[in-house]
Amino acid sequence: MEIKERIREFIVSNCLFGDTSFDLRDDTALLDSGIIDSTGVIELVLFLSEAFGLDVPPEDMLPANFNSLGQLTSYVQQRIPVASAL
Amino acid sequence: MPFGTHVLTIDPELETAHIVTVLRQTIQQDFRRKGAIVGLSGGIDSAVVLGLAVKTFGPERVLAVMMPEKASSPVSEQYAKQLADKYGVTAITEDLTAGLAGLNCYERQDEAVRSVFPDYDPSLDAIKLVLPTDLLERGSLNVYSLSLSRPGGAERRRVLPVAAYLQIVAASNMKQRSRMLMVYYHAEQRNYAVIGTANRNEHAQGFFVKYGDGGADIQPIQHLYKTQVYQLAHYLGVTQEIIDRTPTTDTYSAEQTQEEFYYRLPFDLMDLIWYGLDHEVPAAEVAVALQLSTQQVENVYRDLAQKSRSTAYLRAKPLMVR
Repeated sequence: MEIKERIREFIVSNCLFGDTSFDLRDDTALLDSGIIDSTGVIELVLFLSEAFGLDVPPEDMLPANFNSLGQLTSYVQQRIPVASAL
Repeated sequence: MPFGTHVLTIDPELETAHIVTVLRQTIQQDFRRKGAIVGLSGGIDSAVVLGLAVKTFGPERVLAVMMPEKASSPVSEQYAKQLADKYGVTAITEDLTAGLAGLNCYERQDEAVRSVFPDYDPSLDAIKLVLPTDLLERGSLNVYSLSLSRPGGAERRRVLPVAAYLQIVAASNMKQRSRMLMVYYHAEQRNYAVIGTANRNEHAQGFFVKYGDGGADIQPIQHLYKTQVYQLAHYLGVTQEIIDRTPTTDTYSAEQTQEEFYYRLPFDLMDLIWYGLDHEVPAAEVAVALQLSTQQVENVYRDLAQKSRSTAYLRAKPLMVR
């Protein structure tokens, strides 16, 4: 499964209570809309670790990396250049 | 009124008169209660509320209750007693340590801490929860780290996993909820009302415990920014030690400021930026007045909005299904 789809699946199941009808776009503001709160950020960090083997340092926990599906995908791709092969 | 550092200035005499009128009307006329209970922490907010209660009811109809537990700083009780003496208010101490131990509050917290630091020894180590300090510069997210310090050793910090974070908070919230239980005991015993001590910052940003320190019959300073609470403190003659004291959480075993635990900015700066957000002042205008960059103000706007949104649940009353 592609990186973006794995992250999307996590967000839908964990932050949207499995609501697949939600129109989750690449640029939907996850933080600014409250879909992901501070607890959700920690859960997301754990997910990125388990799913992609990424250790997210505190200095990377920024809105610029976490506020949308597109930004999250870019962040993972930057951290793991070969991740698209996963 | 154009935005500037003057926007939070209040007339403390007028504000006090207004609060006293509302307290008297609500507690005596509406609630039919004969006096007031104030949980006195040794901090600025409860000190101001005690002063307002004394202005409203007179010292003989006010009871101050100090409720330390084993993580509380001894200075807190000392300052609280000094203030109660100055106001001529009867103050009693209810040590909550045994009760909290009976509820396994400390064991629950220690278990969660050990899941992060397996060598944690509560008899040696001091802990606290901290947020990143770079809100202005980078707008980093509110992700808590657990800090552990041992005498003679370096401080260690680790980002808290969700389960450990939730368990530590749930355990420490027992402290505030036990205090609520105790102030209501004394209120009911005397047919008094409980006067809450939450200020605007605590209420709107969710820095309180639902049914803990958020549990009260009236919140007389909930509409005031922290810097305005300080203006009232001077007017009401709060002791200088309390005015000069850096606001702390007084909840975990390590010394910890409220700025470090939750707000991430000094109150004087945060309050002004928050006023700007509340009044829809463009970030660029706030930035000019406070000699910040627009991006820095936007970082704080975003943080304040996020905190307010994510803590709406705490402010919600129990809902009835119709």
